[in-house]
Amino acid sequence: MKTVMSNKWTIALYVWPALLLIGCLIYIPLIMTGYYGMLEWNGFGPREFIGLENYSRLMQDSMFWKSAYHSFLLGLFSTASLLLYLAVSLILASKIKGAELFRKIYLIPMLLSSVAIAQLWSKIFDPSNGMINRLLISLGVENPPLWLSDPNIVLFAIFIPIIWQYAGFYIIIYAAALKNVPEEVVEAARIDGATPLQIALRVKLPLISSVFKVTIVLALVGSLKYFDLIYVMTGGGPNRASEVMASYMYGEAFTKYNFGYGSAIGFALLVICLIVTWLIRKLTTSKDDYQY
Amino acid sequence: MSEFAAKKQSDLGKEMSKSGRSVGSRLGTGLLYLILSILAVFQIYPLFWLFLFSLKTNQEVFSASPFSFPQDPQWGNYAKAWTQGHINLYFWNSVWYTVAAVVLTILFASFVTFAITRMYWKLNRLVLGLFMIGLMIPLHSTLIPLFSFFKNIGLIDNPLSIILSYTAFNLPLTIMILLGFYQTIPREIEEAAVIDGCSVHRIFFRIALPLTTPVIATTAIINMIYNWNEFVFVNTFINSDRWKTLTVGVNSFVGQYLTDWGAIGATLMISIIPILIAFIILSNRIVEGMAAGSVKG
Repeated sequence: MKTVMSNKWTIALYVWPALLLIGCLIYIPLIMTGYYGMLEWNGFGPREFIGLENYSRLMQDSMFWKSAYHSFLLGLFSTASLLLYLAVSLILASKIKGAELFRKIYLIPMLLSSVAIAQLWSKIFDPSNGMINRLLISLGVENPPLWLSDPNIVLFAIFIPIIWQYAGFYIIIYAAALKNVPEEVVEAARIDGATPLQIALRVKLPLISSVFKVTIVLALVGSLKYFDLIYVMTGGGPNRASEVMASYMYGEAFTKYNFGYGSAIGFALLVICLIVTWLIRKLTTSKDDYQY
Repeated sequence: MSEFAAKKQSDLGKEMSKSGRSVGSRLGTGLLYLILSILAVFQIYPLFWLFLFSLKTNQEVFSASPFSFPQDPQWGNYAKAWTQGHINLYFWNSVWYTVAAVVLTILFASFVTFAITRMYWKLNRLVLGLFMIGLMIPLHSTLIPLFSFFKNIGLIDNPLSIILSYTAFNLPLTIMILLGFYQTIPREIEEAAVIDGCSVHRIFFRIALPLTTPVIATTAIINMIYNWNEFVFVNTFINSDRWKTLTVGVNSFVGQYLTDWGAIGATLMISIIPILIAFIILSNRIVEGMAAGSVKG
């Protein structure tokens, strides 16, 4: 048995193709991002090694910090909206008829591409012909907001399709967790006279807290990586009011051809994502939690 | 549907007569349903609105109420969208990139998961760790070096760069989902096969793959959705219309036709319809896969 199942050649044959792929397309590029960040390079011409100049420039680049601030703001909104999804999930778990159907309906937007969502919501937000402003005008609102064209509210406007897209996803995760709450525990609480609200908040909620912590990481780190929707909807505008880290990196590299500086931003994005992941896990994990 | 509604009503009736609940708690339940229904409308209505304006003329979009039904449905918008602007070409590109990447991903991921869970070697934990760390990597941090790597080996504007990238970035998630399933397969099955003189390859192709078909189906669907919707790689690595996918093609097409709402709506609908059909047929598996793949942000 062991001799057959520990044949080195077979193992190599099975493992190498995948290992080669993630090595060449994920790990080597990650290291190269850090290195390219030390170059003055337009992506085509000669490369000039300039040490840590790009990184020190990045530290003083107010545009980078602004984009990081926007990313964190979106992360904060996303994390706060988890409470809404959690509330809906708890309602759905309390013997609601058709809960399965509700969950599936909520999930539909999650299956669409961010590009389609961005295009659709640009139309919904259209100042003169969009769904929202037409409704507001017919309700008698005189000067409805310009939504994506108003630098003061553009981030909040972008956040609406983000909720629309991800609500079903988190509700599905919470549903899977709530399904694992033992029926006997809920039954015992009911016999002791607990109201449905008490059962939801005092019995079910504590039992899924570890999953809730995982979703905090997902929401926060996912927001730091946000790109497609914003790139298509606003391109980071108006007047860079919706620029996030990934869109700033993309613009520097593929519009302005500052490959060196763009790489430095990309590397900073990586470091920030890893630090935030580590930090949240550290802050929220207790030793009895289930580890993902 | 009517059967379902009738069943629901009779259930409801039974429950009410049985428990004789107070007016207050019934009101409370009604309120909960109202909240859930409002949320459902919020999730569905934008898509319905898209469908409505995809069938309107510009004049109707600009003058009639946005909530009205199209007076004379312009199915021609769809024909126009499909033939103009290469949408049919993009559509088929999307189909074959998606399928090729899904097949490669599942084959490679199954190889790795089989080797890690069923075979005996020293570095298996380390290799597994390398794949699992891949789940946390933001792909934007790899984009610039990937671009210059593909440029150096002549794969810019070549579908291979897309298919390989999809495969590499979906491997970690696919392996993670497969892993849980492989660990539940009893070892006796392959022990018996080895005693019967079965080779490792035969065990993999004739026993492991067929046994894991349910989880392969789940990962395949999740992979398909991610690949079908992917934007950044194609937008960065592909320049010519010939090799664009639907997601990127739709984006540039919509950019060109800023003012033709009907054509834009129809184009977006065409890009969404395959996903909606898949959802109607496979919703249970999709829900399952989304829950299993929740680590991917």
